[in-house]
Amino acid sequence: MDTTREIWVFGDWRNYFQNRVTLQLLAKARQLAEPSGARVCALAFGQGLDEWVMEYTAHGADRLYVCDHPRLEGYPMQAFTGLVVDLAKKRQPEVILVGATSFGKELAARVAKRLGVGLTADCVELALDDHGRLVQTAPAFGGNLLAEIVSTGSPQMATVRPGAFQEQPHDYVRTAEVVHLDPPAKLPDERLRLVESRRLPARQQELENAAVVVVGGRGLGSRKKFKNLHELARLLGGEVGATRPVVHSQWAGHEALVGQAGRQVKPKLLISFGVSGAIQHTAGINADFIVAVNKNPNAVMMQMADVGIVADANQTCLALIRELKDRLRG
Amino acid sequence: MQIVVCLKQVPQVAELPWDPATGRLKRDLAEGMTDPAAKRALEAGLLLKAAGGGELIALTMGPPPAEEVLRQAIALGADQGFLLCHPALAGADTLATSQALGAAIRHLAPDLGLVLLGAASSDSETGHLGAQLAEELDLAAALNVEQWQLSPRALRVQRVSDGFLETLELDLPALLTISTQAPAPRDTPLGGLEDAFASGRITRLGPEEIGLDPARSGLAASGGRMLRVYSPAAQKRAVLMRGAVKKSVQELLARHGDRLGGIIGRDLGAAE
Repeated sequence: MDTTREIWVFGDWRNYFQNRVTLQLLAKARQLAEPSGARVCALAFGQGLDEWVMEYTAHGADRLYVCDHPRLEGYPMQAFTGLVVDLAKKRQPEVILVGATSFGKELAARVAKRLGVGLTADCVELALDDHGRLVQTAPAFGGNLLAEIVSTGSPQMATVRPGAFQEQPHDYVRTAEVVHLDPPAKLPDERLRLVESRRLPARQQELENAAVVVVGGRGLGSRKKFKNLHELARLLGGEVGATRPVVHSQWAGHEALVGQAGRQVKPKLLISFGVSGAIQHTAGINADFIVAVNKNPNAVMMQMADVGIVADANQTCLALIRELKDRLRG
Repeated sequence: MQIVVCLKQVPQVAELPWDPATGRLKRDLAEGMTDPAAKRALEAGLLLKAAGGGELIALTMGPPPAEEVLRQAIALGADQGFLLCHPALAGADTLATSQALGAAIRHLAPDLGLVLLGAASSDSETGHLGAQLAEELDLAAALNVEQWQLSPRALRVQRVSDGFLETLELDLPALLTISTQAPAPRDTPLGGLEDAFASGRITRLGPEEIGLDPARSGLAASGGRMLRVYSPAAQKRAVLMRGAVKKSVQELLARHGDRLGGIIGRDLGAAE
């Protein structure tokens, strides 16, 4: 019997950004597999999967579990869940990693429930400890803290947000073994019917690509004061981002949310007003130069900044607008 | 038809008291509010009840202060409130929570039409519970729903999922998780909370009453253990500027104006 330990990555190929996180997870799975010689396996379900089989092989999979069947057209949640669960019971992988896309989160939660195992959401780090346990580091308690979690059962399951890990360059010389699975016998759940699915126009990428991002947090105090950020962003040729409490208070739309649950930004300059610095927010920031404004010098955001201004966020925003207008005149 | 809305009390503050010994949140110390997404699930329940009739049941699990979210729900129009509360339920992850809520719903709603939850709570944000509760109760489910339309036996919903705008149809009974993009919740009426308090329509339940084994609930039924909790190390040591705002802004531009000017492609030298 084949006793090689297996680390699985769910192949979430439906669109470009879903597939990116699959490749990022394959890179992490390779790192985890290296010390023990475990086998990295990718799961690919759907119809017409040759392209993904090639890509996952080139990005580090040693083995592919493939179910290529017309019944799997349309990415049916129930059928995919059944396939993962049945295969996991048979092969008993040590680890299952799933990208934290909308689809992946639901799939992983369902699989974990059916297998009766834990699932750690949105891991920012994954490592094996001396006992071979997968230590899953994830935000905890509103995001100001990180928790290290281990599973009590097997497989050990985790989801990871896009962008948390780096994908490896592809290697089209690599080869992998392809194991073809029987299609699911049961038809997809007919209690739930897909009436229509329309691809939305590619998301506006202004915030993701902006060289300057001005972010406002709850410390600004009100929706009216938050609006001043737009004036500052205009002067700097930048974009406005927001934290979760600001979006919840509807000072800004969800599309402005910076962080794990929203946009990942990588500006040259980020100016942050009244932001405490919850990990869900700061995990979305990769900035060259950060200026933070906060009354509390000990706020996490202040500590990760290059310059921290200890002051009222709104007053400082207005002063900066005035000063820039003076200097940019002419 | 019975509609069950699962509510969660979440802490109001960003910095939460936690017990470094157990790594668990001291929920009893954190002042609570109804989770923003759960509020929208309640709003959905109120709208669906107004459109299709039936009984609206508010359900939550947590320590005694979590009763507050049920009072709010009743003040807004829920018919009954149930608090699942017992030390044996503490420390539950979503796996154990789905088991407990599922048992409660089976017990409370024999004529179940709909289960509604917030898509993800503001304090833990895993978004796992809806999917796991759908598995527990074997219900058709749609997550992250923004809009809905109810016909007698089916429910048509819209959601955005990974860059696709999807319209789905579900047979009842079904489960929906409601996104924060759904219609905004109404305000709690003045005086409604006290009336709700006096109404006697809030019931406390323990595990045995809903057929749960306390020894296999809460932490004991959870799939993970916390090894440690820590504050992420600061990445940089900021240069702090204090004092008058105008002075700080001028100091910022004096020290870093060249760099910032380079980024925005403009000269940020001091005005003449």
